[in-house]
Amino acid sequence: MKTITDIQNEIIENFELFDGDMESILFYLMDLGKKLPAMPEAHKTEDFIVKGCQSKVWLFPTFVDGKVCFEADSNTEITKGLVYLLVTIWGNQTPKDILNSELFFIEKIGMSRMIGSQRSNGFVSMIKQIKLYALAYKTKL
Amino acid sequence: MAHKLDIISIRNQFPILHQEVNGKPLIYFDNAATTQKPQSVIDALIKYYSHDNANIHRAAHTLAARSTDMFEDTRKTIQAFINAKEVEECIFTKGVTESINLVAQSWGRKFLNVGDEVIISTMEHHSNIVPWQMICEEKGAILKVIPINNAGELLMDEYDKMLSTKTKMVACVWVSNALGTINPVKNIIEKAHALGAKVLLDGAQACSHLEVDVQDLDCDFLAISSHKLYGPTGVGVLYGKRELLDAMPPYQGGGEMIKEVSFDKTTYNDIPYKFEAGTPNIGDVIAFKYALDFVNEIGKENIATHENELLKHCVDGLLEINQSFTGTSTSLSDRNVMSSGVETQPITLIGTAKEKVSVQSFIINDMHHFDAGMMLDAKGIAVRTGHHCTQPLMNYLGVDGTIRASFSIYNTLEEVDVFLEAVRKLVKR
Repeated sequence: MKTITDIQNEIIENFELFDGDMESILFYLMDLGKKLPAMPEAHKTEDFIVKGCQSKVWLFPTFVDGKVCFEADSNTEITKGLVYLLVTIWGNQTPKDILNSELFFIEKIGMSRMIGSQRSNGFVSMIKQIKLYALAYKTKL
Repeated sequence: MAHKLDIISIRNQFPILHQEVNGKPLIYFDNAATTQKPQSVIDALIKYYSHDNANIHRAAHTLAARSTDMFEDTRKTIQAFINAKEVEECIFTKGVTESINLVAQSWGRKFLNVGDEVIISTMEHHSNIVPWQMICEEKGAILKVIPINNAGELLMDEYDKMLSTKTKMVACVWVSNALGTINPVKNIIEKAHALGAKVLLDGAQACSHLEVDVQDLDCDFLAISSHKLYGPTGVGVLYGKRELLDAMPPYQGGGEMIKEVSFDKTTYNDIPYKFEAGTPNIGDVIAFKYALDFVNEIGKENIATHENELLKHCVDGLLEINQSFTGTSTSLSDRNVMSSGVETQPITLIGTAKEKVSVQSFIINDMHHFDAGMMLDAKGIAVRTGHHCTQPLMNYLGVDGTIRASFSIYNTLEEVDVFLEAVRKLVKR
């Protein structure tokens, strides 16, 4: 099974093809967002929303066989692409592995601004929220 | 008479404009959020801290005298800029938000009573809503809101109906930051005064585009921002009529605002110092003068002519994109068509008032404004996206945000063309 680090390295390699061209990177992220499986509307409730000033993210966790999985969505296409990557990296991993991991792909693919703009972007809060869910499931074990 | 400006030489005074963002030449269309600063303003800041820094109005030494003179020079320059009757009627604050809070807290606390009414408009920035909500709640006064039409213009008939002898204050934005609408403030002021109400104008957006003459307008208060007027951040001005400022209690206590202090009683200084407690933002105030000089040198009429040309080019271009896709064009006044499900045009203009400054909000109908803002940034184009600190207005318009392009004296028609091409590409995607 691929580790969280392996998956991040693969993502970085894919993005290297764009040679830092921001427009192509954003178009690619929008395309990736379309791969995110549709999230059931019933799960898009206030309890599972991660609010930013401009973009919203919904995140619904499940815990099966000791691994955390996520249904997720966003109201903006670029954020949705990043959400897809995050769910690919952290989905189907153990709470321990999630908690022990460091996210390094965001900066490497040229999207570090998404981390800085905490107020306008639900993505940063989403990262924190995933770790909180992982912690909660770890405590349960 | 307006004359053709040499925009290239104006641009050359702004070092920040000469850079690449994401590998593309920067196109700065977020001027309604803040304008860039000419070299003269930057130099003034460096000179102040390199040669003249001292606290003002206090010490006997040379540097203090120099700083004080320069600080007060800015006050004289702003007095002339807005044609205030007396220089003491210009109070330095940290910005429009503080200017409005000062009036709401000082004037409001003394003059508002239970059942009195304060009128604002639907298109206010949060900074001209929240201070009034706070003081109205504290004093048991009532906040009323002038509605707007679909073009983004105040419904003056509704304003007339709202006005009464209960109205004590009309606090209204002169130019809307989100829509660009120029409100008929002279008319608003005349009608308010006829019933004995005072008027505060939020001049954050207006002062960089329009001629300002507070005596001709006869406004009671005007809030001004330096950083939207090519000056440094952290400086604003509150203009107020002397008789009102004299009658108002101090807003904050501290140094400068006092005449005599003992543990039994403090007597207060005269205006403007009564409202300038503590060491002010000396360096930025001094540099602000150079921003005002920059505007004066070009002339407001020339600025307006150039900016209006940019706006027209932008609006025509956006409508042309719609036409090329559908054969028709949409503006906000057609939103009833949109809501009935006929969303054929890719772009909807938000804010189509007859009287406007160089601000154009719009939405791309199948694209979130956040994505649009990111995509434009990838091409080096800086626009503002979101609710523009006017959430009640966005709610009224039924949108959760817009893309806003706002133009300034240093922008060019060629930049607008690059922007329009980028928007066209987003629509086509």
